[in-house]
This record gives sequence, structure tokens and C-alpha cells, in this order.
Amino acid sequence: MELTFYIAGAVAILATIMVITRYNMIHALLYLVVSFLAVAVVFFTLGAPFMAALEIIIYAGAIVVLIIFVIMMLNLSEDATQQEKEWLKPSIWIGPAILSAVLLAELIYIFTAMDVPTTATVPVDAKLVGLALFGPYMLGVQLCGMMLMAGIVGAYHLGRQKKKVTHRFLEKEAAQ
Amino acid sequence: MENLIWLIPALPFLGALLLILFGLKMPRIMVPVIGAGSVGISSLLTIFLGIQFLSDGAAMYVQHVWTWFSIGGFSPGIAFHVDALTMVFIFVITFVGFLIHLYSAEFMAEDADYSRFFASMNLFVGSMLVLVLADNLVLLYLGWEGVGLCSFLLIGFWYREPANGYAARKAFIITRVGDTAMAIGLFLLFQYFGTLNIQEILTQAPQTWSVGSQTAVLVALLLVGGAVGKSAQLPLQTWLPDAMAGPSPVSALIHAATMVTAGVYLITRTYVLFELAPTAQMVVAFIGAATLLIAGFTALTQNDLKRVLAYSTISQIGYMFLALGVGAWSAAVFHFMIHAFFKALLFLGAGAVIMALHHEHDMFKMGGLRKKMPVVFWTFLIGSASLAAVPLISAGFYSKDQILWLGLAGGNGSVILYIAALLGAFVTSIYTFRMVFITFYGEEKTHISHMPGFWMKLPLVVLAILSLLGGFIELPHNFAHFTLFTDYLKPVLPVIVIDEGLATIEWIFQIVAALVALSGIYIAYLFYLKKPYLAQNMERSKFAMSLHRFWYSGWGFDALYNAVFVRPYVYLSKANRSDGIDFFYTGLAYFTQWLNSLFTRTQTGMLRTYMMGVLVGAILVVTISLLL
Amino acid sequence: MNGISMEAGLLLAAILFALGLMGLLMRRNIIFMLVSVEIMLNAAGLAFIVAGMRWAQPDGQVMFIFILTMAAAEVSVGLALILQLYHQLKTLDSDAASRMRG
Repeated sequence: MELTFYIAGAVAILATIMVITRYNMIHALLYLVVSFLAVAVVFFTLGAPFMAALEIIIYAGAIVVLIIFVIMMLNLSEDATQQEKEWLKPSIWIGPAILSAVLLAELIYIFTAMDVPTTATVPVDAKLVGLALFGPYMLGVQLCGMMLMAGIVGAYHLGRQKKKVTHRFLEKEAAQ
Repeated sequence: MENLIWLIPALPFLGALLLILFGLKMPRIMVPVIGAGSVGISSLLTIFLGIQFLSDGAAMYVQHVWTWFSIGGFSPGIAFHVDALTMVFIFVITFVGFLIHLYSAEFMAEDADYSRFFASMNLFVGSMLVLVLADNLVLLYLGWEGVGLCSFLLIGFWYREPANGYAARKAFIITRVGDTAMAIGLFLLFQYFGTLNIQEILTQAPQTWSVGSQTAVLVALLLVGGAVGKSAQLPLQTWLPDAMAGPSPVSALIHAATMVTAGVYLITRTYVLFELAPTAQMVVAFIGAATLLIAGFTALTQNDLKRVLAYSTISQIGYMFLALGVGAWSAAVFHFMIHAFFKALLFLGAGAVIMALHHEHDMFKMGGLRKKMPVVFWTFLIGSASLAAVPLISAGFYSKDQILWLGLAGGNGSVILYIAALLGAFVTSIYTFRMVFITFYGEEKTHISHMPGFWMKLPLVVLAILSLLGGFIELPHNFAHFTLFTDYLKPVLPVIVIDEGLATIEWIFQIVAALVALSGIYIAYLFYLKKPYLAQNMERSKFAMSLHRFWYSGWGFDALYNAVFVRPYVYLSKANRSDGIDFFYTGLAYFTQWLNSLFTRTQTGMLRTYMMGVLVGAILVVTISLLL
Repeated sequence: MNGISMEAGLLLAAILFALGLMGLLMRRNIIFMLVSVEIMLNAAGLAFIVAGMRWAQPDGQVMFIFILTMAAAEVSVGLALILQLYHQLKTLDSDAASRMRG
């Protein structure tokens, strides 16, 4: 199991590096799926099989598919890849990369400095999670429901196609 | 009848209300009908009330209309108090006011703001009546401020001329100085008595304060402050000459007959307080003496017909103050009444002359009007005779002689006051007849454009009759001993104590007074009619000319106040425009603006710079938490 | 069952988070930025799971479910915004949408 964790972790890190460095969006998304799958394996090794399933279904499934749909709707040409290449110059990314590395170093220092035992071996199954969700976290579940509702309404409202391409607050839009 | 007292002030207010609301829409003829009519009915009511008052012998009528407000046990009412003193005042206000309204109906007929004029006049009459009818000092103060407001409105009636607006503001602000003193006096009275009802104060005061107590002196002096401001006495007299910017009927009604004597009324009404404060009473007497001299000499040098009359008004009110100061209460009220008659007459006559000569105010451009305007001339002459106190025939003689006599022989009288009053009388007769001779004699210098009609002549004639006959209701003791007026006021005002030693030789002083008045007239005759070169000779003398300039400027009071109050104030306000505190706040504003421009630069609109900010912030926080 | 140290799990989460942050800062393409945000959210969820497992409690997983829900809502709104932005500006360049410059 330990080995599985390390392999999956390495895969996740590599895939994520690939994601953020790809010029082609579809390639990046494929690596993203790999990354999510690897994280799902990590969840499994940690003893959270239900979460692993959710990770695959929602992240690797729904969200990535959604992004792919949007990319398809935008109907991007070959130039987009070319443009990504121009945008991703070392002079641009070196600064943020160093800063992020600093933050990462600090985080690593914090985590390694801790005197931590190994994790518990008992897997926590879906039943326990469900009991917790609808027990002490009831309010949170309801809030999540409301947030999803707002997300749906917001997405619908924002996603409508306006006939005019000017700012929607400044000019009277043509009736839908 | 006494239930209708409230109608006397209510009718002019109603007239003012109607004229304010509908004055521009109603036919022009209706304006004077409402304006003069309301005051006319008031004066009729007053006369009926007076007849009843005299016949049933009641000491006073009190009518409580309603309670104005009630706070913590203090509830001043809209309540009217009529006694003998009030009767004199409301008679003068309504009757003289009515005559002046009649006069105005013709005088102002050509003016575009006809209805505004009558609305203000009615409002004034109403406020003045509230002032004298009030049974408590709060209501009196309401009327007091009301007449101040109307005075402001009417002085600045022709407001398109900036000088008139300036004069109006000057009158309002200077009287406000006195009003503030009076308000503080009222606060003190309330603190000591817990009430502002005049009669209650007058009965309680002698029990609370002993004669000469410091508080009484303080309160009395504060009330004098109010009276001095309203009545244009030293040192607040400078507004009245400038107030002549208003139309002549306004000068006649407000600045001669009624409002400026409100100070006299206030002191007479609260005479008990002054009897408790001899110091304050002495101050009143000397204010009066000084004012009557200063104003008299100033009147001697003025060219403007109305300014002569204005200074003479100040001077005559000075006589009233002198009389109040020596405790001759009824003499002061008597002189007030007679003065209201003849001074209103003089102002109305002056108005007729000024109107006839294309609004020419300069006396030296008038002349020769004696033949052209006989009615105006004869009535003006009668008024002048009364003002100069021509012996025996004029009302002014009886009233002024009484003050002269009591100034010497009265309880608080002294030789200084007598000499001042006598000198004042001498000067009065000189400037009065100087005015008459210059205006009406000599050759005609300006063409007459407008002859006064019936409605202007009628008030002149009525007032002239009153100026002649009004004096006969009060004759000196040794001369028929007919003292109707004093007897009438006896229930309200105490009779003055007369020095017995002097009483036997009263006739000497009367003859002196008569001679002084007559010699003044003769000197005016000599200088301005018979031998005009005498006046020209005097003009060559350097001393006479500088004295003339000094008197002409009203003894330099305007310049003095300008230097002492106005200039420093203007300087201070200019200096304050950019003081240190301002500097600090401006600096604060600039600093905020600078910070704003600084932080605006961080708003690039670029998502990634914002993210960088978040990241740097996160690193900072984590680093700090690590280091600590 | 196994001896996976919590340290290792948290390190993995930190590395993934840092990578996501790096991506967010490096890319100008707004879709890439959104993807990077997803990576960061996922890393945060991983950290929760690791912490939850340390105590063998379901709370960490509950938090992961909340994060998941939030990510779903966020991505739907974010994509709608991207669509709108693309229609307005005809580009996916996030720097082009800089009208809020002060």
C-alpha cells in the first residue's frame, strides 16, 4: 500500500506539471484527468474509497468534461496553441515560479518539522461519512445546496448569448 | 367689549395674511381697502374700548386667548393686558397708524409692490400691538422681534438699491445687539421669579429685591440695553438715520411714531424694576441727556430733510429717556404721544414735499414751497412749532416743558440734566426752523411734479389738529392745573415727587424755556432767511467747518464702530480664511488624495498582478508565523 | 494496514497546491487559470482527507465533499463567465480584461 501511495503521488505531481506547461489545451486537460485519477488512488490508499470514487466521477468526469465542452464551444483555431507558446516565456513565468517555490519550501519546512505519527490504518467508509454529513454537518449540506442552486442560476444568467457585444450595464440590450 | 381685545391685533394680522396670499391677484383698489381698513377697524375698536375703559373705571382688562406653550410649569399665554398705559399706546398705534395707512394709499399708489408694502405695514401694526398688549414678557418679546423684522422689511422695501438693503441690515443687526441684552435680562427675570408675567413680576420684585440690589441693577441695565437698541439711543443710535432709506410713511409710522418708542414702553412697563435700581435709572437719564444733545447738534448740520427728522426723533426720544430717568413716567408717555402726532405729521409732510420734487431729499435744492403747497406748508409749520415747543399754542410745549421742569425739580432731577435738556431745546428750535425756512421759503429751486391729493392731505390736517390741541389735556400746575393725562395714568404709574422748594418758582423756568425756544427760532430766522451771509461767514471759519463735518457725520459714531468692530471683525474673518487649523485639514485632504493616487496605481485591472499580491501576502504571513 | 506517514500526504498536497498556484500565475490563458484553480482546490481537499485519516474520523471527508461541491459550482459559473468574456473581447487573454484599471 505504501508503495502504491508513493507511485500515485509521483504520477500526480508529474501529471500536474504537465498540465501547467502544455500549450495545447486538450493535452493539458488529458493530463489533468491523469492527475485526478492519481489523486483518487492516493485517496484509496489513505482509506477513503468513497472519496476516491467521487474524485473520479466529479473531478475527472464532470468538471473536465464541462471544460472540454466549453473549449469546443469556443471553437479555437491552431493559432491558440501558437499564442500560448508566445505567452509562456521564461521571462514571464520565472518570477511566479520562484515565488511559488518559496511558498512550497516554507510549507515543506512546516510539515517536516512536525513530529507526526503515521496515519491510522482504519478505513472510514461511506456510511460513516453519510452519518456525519446528515448529523453534525446538516447546516453545511444545506448551504452547499443553496450554493449549487445559485451556481446554476448564475451560470444560466451569465451564459446567455446577448445580441449586442457591448457592456450589459451600459447599454440597453436587445430583448432575448 | 373687553372680549374683543384680541381683535385689535388680529385684524392687522388678518389683513397682512390676505395681502400676502392674494395681494397680487386682487384688484389694485382692494389693497389699500384691506390694508388701511383692517387698521381702521382696529382703531375704531380701540376707541370704543377706550370709552368703555374710561366710563366703567376698571383698573385693567385681561384677556387670555390661549396658552402659547407649557413647559415644566412655565406656560406663557397669548394673553392681552389692557390698562391706562396700554390704552395710550394702542390708541397711538392704531389711530396714527390708520392715518399713515390712508396717506400711504396715495403715496405708494404708483409703486409696483403696492400689496407687499401694505402687507408689511399691517404686519408691523399687528406686531406692535402684540408688543404693547402682551401680558407677559415672552409675548412682548415676540412682538418686539416682529416689529424688528417689519422694520427690516420696510427699510429695505426698495431693495433693488443696494444702499437700502445695507441700511436694512444695519438696522436689524444693531437692534439685535440690544435685543440680545434684553433676552438675557428676560432669562435673569425668569430665573428669579419663575414667571415672565409682567404684573406678577412687578408685584414680586419689591418683595424679592431691596432698593439698589445688584441683581435688580443688572436686570434693569439689560432691559435698558434692549430699549436703547430699539429706540436708537446712545450708543446704538447709528441705525436710525440710515433707516430713512425706507418710504416716508414707513419713517413716519415705524421710525418716528411707534417702534422706536418701544424702548420707552418697555421701561415704563417695568418701572418697578427701575425704581429698585436707581443706578440703572440714572444711566437712563444720562443716556437720554447725552443722546438728545448729540442728535440735536447732528440735526443742525444735515442737508437731507429726512435725516434732520431722523436725528430729531433720536433727540426727542432722548427727552423721553431723560424723563424716565428722573422718574417722570407719565411725562415720558405724554411726550411719546405728542411726539407721535407731530413727528408723524412732519415725516408725512416731508414725504409729500419729497414726492412733489422728484424724490429730492436735499433741503438746499428745495425752497419756495410755501405758496405752492399751502396745506403741506401750514401743517408742516404746526408740526415744527410743536417740535420746537413754541410756547402756549403748540402741544410740544406742554409735553417738553413738563420734562424740562421735572428734569430739574423731579425726584432724581439735577441741574446738569436740566441744562442739557434746555440746551437741547434751544438746538431743537434752531434746526427745526432752519429746516422750515430752507424748505418752504426762498425761491423755488426744483419744479413741482406731483401735488398731494385728498388722501395725503387728510392725515396731515388731522395730525396737525392733534399736534395743536393734544397738549391741552395736560397743563402745568401753575397754569390752570389741568392734569388729565397724569390723572389718567395714575392707577398704573406713580406720580413723581416734586421738589417743593422749586415748585413756587416754576414760572421762571417756564419763561426761560419759552424764551429759549423763541430765541432758537429767531436765530434760525436770522441765519437762513434774514441774513444768509452770516451762515456763509461761518463757513469760512476753519473751526466751524471742522465742527460742522464732525456733527454732520453724527459725531463720528459710524467711523468709530467701523474701526472698533467692523474692521477687526473683517480682518479676523479674512485671517481665519487660511489659519493653522484649516491648513491641517487641507493637508489631511491632500494626503488622502496622494494616498489615493498611490493606491490607484496598484489597480492595474490585471488578474495576475492581483494574484501575485495574494501570493506575496501569503508568503509574508507564513514567513512571519515561522519566524515568530 | 499501512504506514503512510501524514507528512508524506501533506507534502503531496503542498506540492500539488504550489504547482496549481504556479500555473495560475504563469498562464495568461484564462481557461488555464481556471484549471489551475481546480488543481489547487483538489490539493486542499487532499490535505483534508490526509488530516481526517490521521484521526480516523469522517470529518476530513465531509470537508472534501464540501470542497467538491464548491468546485463544481465555481467551475460552472467560471466557465459561463469565460464564455461571456470571450464573446465580448474575442480573446482568452486575461490581461485584456483590464478595464477595472484605477
